Amino acid sequence: MEPVITPDLVDLELSAADRHDATRQLADRLVAAGRVTNLDGFLADVKAREEQMPTGIEGGIGIPHCRSEHVTTPTVGFGRSADGVDFGAADGPAHLIFLIAAPAGGDAAHMGILAALARRLIHASFRDSLREAPDPQTVVDIFEREVLKR
Amino acid sequence: MKIVAVTACPTGIAHTYMAAEGLSEAAKQKGHEIHVETQGSAGADRLSPEQIAEAEVVIFAADVDVQGKERFTGKPLVQASVKRAINDGPGMIAEAEEAARRTPVAAAAAGPPAATGLTTKVSEGAGLGTRLRQWLMTGVSYMIPFVAAGGILIALAFLLGGPEVANKVNGGTFGGVEYPGVTDLSKLLEQAGWAGLLFKIGATSFSMLVPILAGFIAYGMADRPGIVPGIVAGLLAVEIGAGFLGGLVGGLLAGAIVLAIRRVNVPRAVRGVMPVVIIPLLSTLVVGVLMLVVVGSPLAAAQEGLTNWLDGLSGTNAVVLGIILGLMMAFDMGGPVNKVAYTFGLAALASGNLKVMAAVMAAGMTPPLGLALATVLRPKLFTTAEDLAGEAAWLLGASFITEGAIPFAAAAPIRVIPSLMVGSAVTGALSMAFGASSRAPHGGIWVIGLVGRPVLYILAILIGMVVTAACVIVAKQIGQRAEEPTPAEVG
Repeated sequence: MEPVITPDLVDLELSAADRHDATRQLADRLVAAGRVTNLDGFLADVKAREEQMPTGIEGGIGIPHCRSEHVTTPTVGFGRSADGVDFGAADGPAHLIFLIAAPAGGDAAHMGILAALARRLIHASFRDSLREAPDPQTVVDIFEREVLKR
Repeated sequence: MKIVAVTACPTGIAHTYMAAEGLSEAAKQKGHEIHVETQGSAGADRLSPEQIAEAEVVIFAADVDVQGKERFTGKPLVQASVKRAINDGPGMIAEAEEAARRTPVAAAAAGPPAATGLTTKVSEGAGLGTRLRQWLMTGVSYMIPFVAAGGILIALAFLLGGPEVANKVNGGTFGGVEYPGVTDLSKLLEQAGWAGLLFKIGATSFSMLVPILAGFIAYGMADRPGIVPGIVAGLLAVEIGAGFLGGLVGGLLAGAIVLAIRRVNVPRAVRGVMPVVIIPLLSTLVVGVLMLVVVGSPLAAAQEGLTNWLDGLSGTNAVVLGIILGLMMAFDMGGPVNKVAYTFGLAALASGNLKVMAAVMAAGMTPPLGLALATVLRPKLFTTAEDLAGEAAWLLGASFITEGAIPFAAAAPIRVIPSLMVGSAVTGALSMAFGASSRAPHGGIWVIGLVGRPVLYILAILIGMVVTAACVIVAKQIGQRAEEPTPAEVG
């Protein structure tokens, strides 16, 4: 099973004008990694989900996500923004942004990994360690330790 | 405190699980035991009926419809968006504590809806047999109030207005008097009196019995979308004279069709209109065509064949005829076979053979009476709802309202129907052997004044009643261990 995140899917110095820009930048990385086949189609799917209800969560988290035909393998793109990007949460902009991409026909095992990741997002210790991660490889290690080993 | 929760969001990838985690963490911090069902994309992890039964409070954190809500009927409920559970898990747990305090779950006092809520849905692993029984039980539990209300009103109408009240309302001949029937309902009270009014109301409630049975069998299978095709299938079953067995089949068909349609992967654009337009339209169309074409025509042909065969038997041994009529009366209680036997009795009555009518009526009284006796003798073999139906069944049976047996027969047809047939066959045979006669086509015990050899007639009914009860009690226990939930477990 391919890992859901690799160092080239991590951007620790994300600078974006708004949530769509932030999503697009992370999506570019997913396209470059061959995990998303059609950038515009994928972004449209993310936007459709975002429009149902903003995905910002209190504590400075944004989780744009979708199930899409344009996704080949379950993937997480991670961006960290010092200035913050508004994802519609009540308590202000998001500093940790997780772009979660699920294939339309993802099987339960794959979806289970994304579910486990979503569960970790609640925990302050997980968020804090991501805030302090010095480089992309550390982010990937944190994911492996916190999400996959459980 | 024991808590169960369901989380669900539009995509089922992120928020569903975050909300689950938020609630779990908050509950654990307060020392509560919580089980969360995440209705997301990572496969099903349904709450077990035991977990739900034990829970003191239910939390829904959902931005979309929760699947299988009826499982939680009767429990205090706290509802909010998934975001609330993610951002403020402790707040929702506090709210749940408060809700549980305000309405403590009276576990044992859970009424029929709660009981069926639990038995409606079973864990994915349950065998088809178990699920089938629970689907049927769902339909039955919603049907029982219609049987009780309608049946008792009709019985009261007979008591107050005499058995001819049925003819005053619907027309026909009774005791040599020709009644035109009430065509304009605004004149009902004037033409048929208060008894006529009661009769009409009871009959209307009764007319919903098969549609409700079919509708809620389908509901048990497929949730809310099952109701429309199920009820329509039930109405059509009534129209084509297929009786409650036809409704039972129609309900199962309707549920299966909805489940099949739901499996089809449709484009996202269409998904929104699926529950409102496509599923009701398509499932109703398909089940309707099946009921009318596949079930309806052969049924009519079979009924005609049965009638001709019965007519051919007219000259044979009276006791044998009594057995056959008894078997037929109890087979489907108001369904096509029962109707053939009853019509045969009516025809015999019209041609002056009063003994056939007596046998038919007696055989139609024993099924509810025998079941009522069985619920008194062995209440543990029946659900709480069935025990209630049993109380009503005394009056219904005494009034020759065979339909009083339907709740029991629909819940466990294979065990109950043959038992009823044995008892009715005994009564039919005895009534014939005793030479009892009846000048009334309906009314049960209330027309005993029109019955010839009344003491022997009642004896025939009592013997059949005991035989029925004995057969039901034995049949209910064959191969039965912990499969069927006893009321205590359900509550």
